[in-house]
Amino acid sequence: MNPTNYLVLSAILFSIGAAGVLVRRNAIVVFMCIELMLNASNLAFVTFARTNGTLDGQVVAFFVMVVAAAEVVIGLAIIVTIFRTRNSASVDEPNLLKL
Amino acid sequence: MNNTLAVLTSGEASPGEVVAATGTFGLIAALIAIPAAGAVILLLAGRRSDKWGHLLGTAAVLASFVVAVVLFVELLAQPEDARTINQFLWNWIDVGTFQAPFALQLDPLSMVFALLVTGVGSLIHIYSISYMSHDPERRKFFAYLNLFIAAMLLLVLANNYLLLYVGWEGVGLASYLLIGFWFHKPSAATASKKAFVVNRVGDFGLSLAIMMMFATLGTFTFEGVNATIDQADSNTVTWIGLALLLAACGKSAQFPLQSWLLDAMEGPTPVSALIHAATMVTAGVYLIVRSAEIFNLSETARLAVVIVGTITLLMGAVIGSAKDDIKKGLAGSTMSQIGYMFLAAGLGPVGYVFAIFHLLTHGIFKALLFLGAGSVMHGMDDEVNMRRYGALRSFMTLTWVVFGIGYLAIIGVPPFAGFFSKDEIIHAAWVEHPVAGLAAMIGAGVTAFYMTRMMAMTFHGKSRWEDGVHPHESSPVMTVPMIILAVGAVVGGFMMLYVGNIEEWLAPVVGFEKAEGGPPTSVLIAMTLAVVAVGVVIGWRQYAMRAVPEVAPTQVSALTVAARNDLYGDAVNEALFMRPGQHLTRTLVWTDNKIIDGAVNGTAAGIGGLSARMRRWQTGYVRSYALTMLLGVVVVGAVLALGVLL
Repeated sequence: MNPTNYLVLSAILFSIGAAGVLVRRNAIVVFMCIELMLNASNLAFVTFARTNGTLDGQVVAFFVMVVAAAEVVIGLAIIVTIFRTRNSASVDEPNLLKL
Repeated sequence: MNNTLAVLTSGEASPGEVVAATGTFGLIAALIAIPAAGAVILLLAGRRSDKWGHLLGTAAVLASFVVAVVLFVELLAQPEDARTINQFLWNWIDVGTFQAPFALQLDPLSMVFALLVTGVGSLIHIYSISYMSHDPERRKFFAYLNLFIAAMLLLVLANNYLLLYVGWEGVGLASYLLIGFWFHKPSAATASKKAFVVNRVGDFGLSLAIMMMFATLGTFTFEGVNATIDQADSNTVTWIGLALLLAACGKSAQFPLQSWLLDAMEGPTPVSALIHAATMVTAGVYLIVRSAEIFNLSETARLAVVIVGTITLLMGAVIGSAKDDIKKGLAGSTMSQIGYMFLAAGLGPVGYVFAIFHLLTHGIFKALLFLGAGSVMHGMDDEVNMRRYGALRSFMTLTWVVFGIGYLAIIGVPPFAGFFSKDEIIHAAWVEHPVAGLAAMIGAGVTAFYMTRMMAMTFHGKSRWEDGVHPHESSPVMTVPMIILAVGAVVGGFMMLYVGNIEEWLAPVVGFEKAEGGPPTSVLIAMTLAVVAVGVVIGWRQYAMRAVPEVAPTQVSALTVAARNDLYGDAVNEALFMRPGQHLTRTLVWTDNKIIDGAVNGTAAGIGGLSARMRRWQTGYVRSYALTMLLGVVVVGAVLALGVLL
């Protein structure tokens, strides 16, 4: 088993996720892209855990999953609230912070 | 006080012993206090004292004069070496070694000044009662006159330079108030301001001199300075002398600070008489003679005094010859006569006494001439242009007689007062500085010319009055003081020189040496009288025997034009000081506005502009923030990766 392939896959997934966050406007899709980036990092953690023969990476992967779950709950709640008030799930709409 | 005593015991140069004031001499302070109280009462009581203010003011000065006479009699009774009386009143400033006592000194020099100031001052006060009777502000006028007298007495009675400075400034203030008494006239307001500003230049010299004295000698009392000045570095002494000369020039209207005097004629005529005869302009001569010990040690400073005096005596005489305004003519004459006194004072021990002698005789006859001019103006509806006078002899006989006596006194005809004093100065000048002696003699001729011109244009020839003018003799309140002064102008010179022995009287204070050598006195007297006769004849031929045009002719020599313009004194001041000063202030204002304000405002504008640009980075789009974060992470990661690799 060659860890490099896993790491390359992880990098590709992360890049796709990052590009999605930057270019997509729909908040749900942006959200899914963030999940993609988190899972790409999980893959990298697990790969390194396997390579080094320790459990640290696997433990961190669990932490990331928990954080991701919590994030989904809060994030979806925010998105639903915004959708209710502005009738749109576009991330460009809430730009009130701009002067 | 300890300081003073220590100096006294070690001082060989101080003339005689300084005696503490006891008995009658306790009245010295009263000399100043009475007129000062008069001024304070009149100013504080305000309009309530309008009815009796002039009487109180006159009484105050008369009382002061009586005190002066009493003190004079008492001083005469003292032995010659015990005539310097000090009255210590209180410690004015007492800080470490800096001791300024409020103490007065009466000695033969300040005594004659006190007599002149209060005596002539009293007569001028009496005269003013009638002269100012139509002025609604007469009470205020008398308050200022009293202030003037008090300040002048403080000046001549102080026993140290710092207290003298107080009187000096008081005189400046009083002259400012009086020259600008009719301040509703813009010309009078400007003239008073000008007098004040020009005097400040001189005052600067006096403050410098006092600072130098304290810095080098550690004292500024007259005894202290006189006793220790010979230990000072000779350069320092010269600089102190020159600073004192600058001060004297300002107060006495000597070249190059002469320009204020002619404009000062804007004040009421009694003020001119007071300024020119008894107070103010004599202060400079007093200062120099009082500082005799300093000037004795510095040849250079004395020479500077002689040069200033000589230039001014000629300048004043030339200016006086071209003025049609009777008061300005007399003002030029004052400059010239004070020039004689400076010349005499600059000659050293041979001249100090005669400077004071001429000051005293001049004080009498110049007061007489000014009061006479005031009397003429009073009868001519305040006309001052001599071209609109003429033939007043038969209408104002008394004024003509007393003015004529003043005229004979000032041109130096024996046996009138001016003859004795001027003759002594010319003699001493011939011995010490022949060039100055020659200038003094020429000055005597020019004096004769302009005074003859004034006499002829005012009292002789044909009448050239404005329509509706009815010349009349003034009231006795005005004529009696003039008569008293006229008596003084006749006998004063002779009395002071031969009966009163003024040289011996003043010698213990200022020192005296008889001028030896030079041409014989009789030759000099004959030459001077010949020059005077030439001046009189020229003046008489031109202004009494020929008709005087009512409007000043314009086709005149360049010298006359220059003299009419005060020898361009104002133009020089304007070109040398005023315009460069204006340019300097304008440049400074420009620098302030453009460079200093520019730097401050530019910084603010720059930061404002920058923040306006940077504000654009805040787009409000979440995606652009995410991009920024990503780029940041990439940069940080690159740096870390490079750090690991290299």
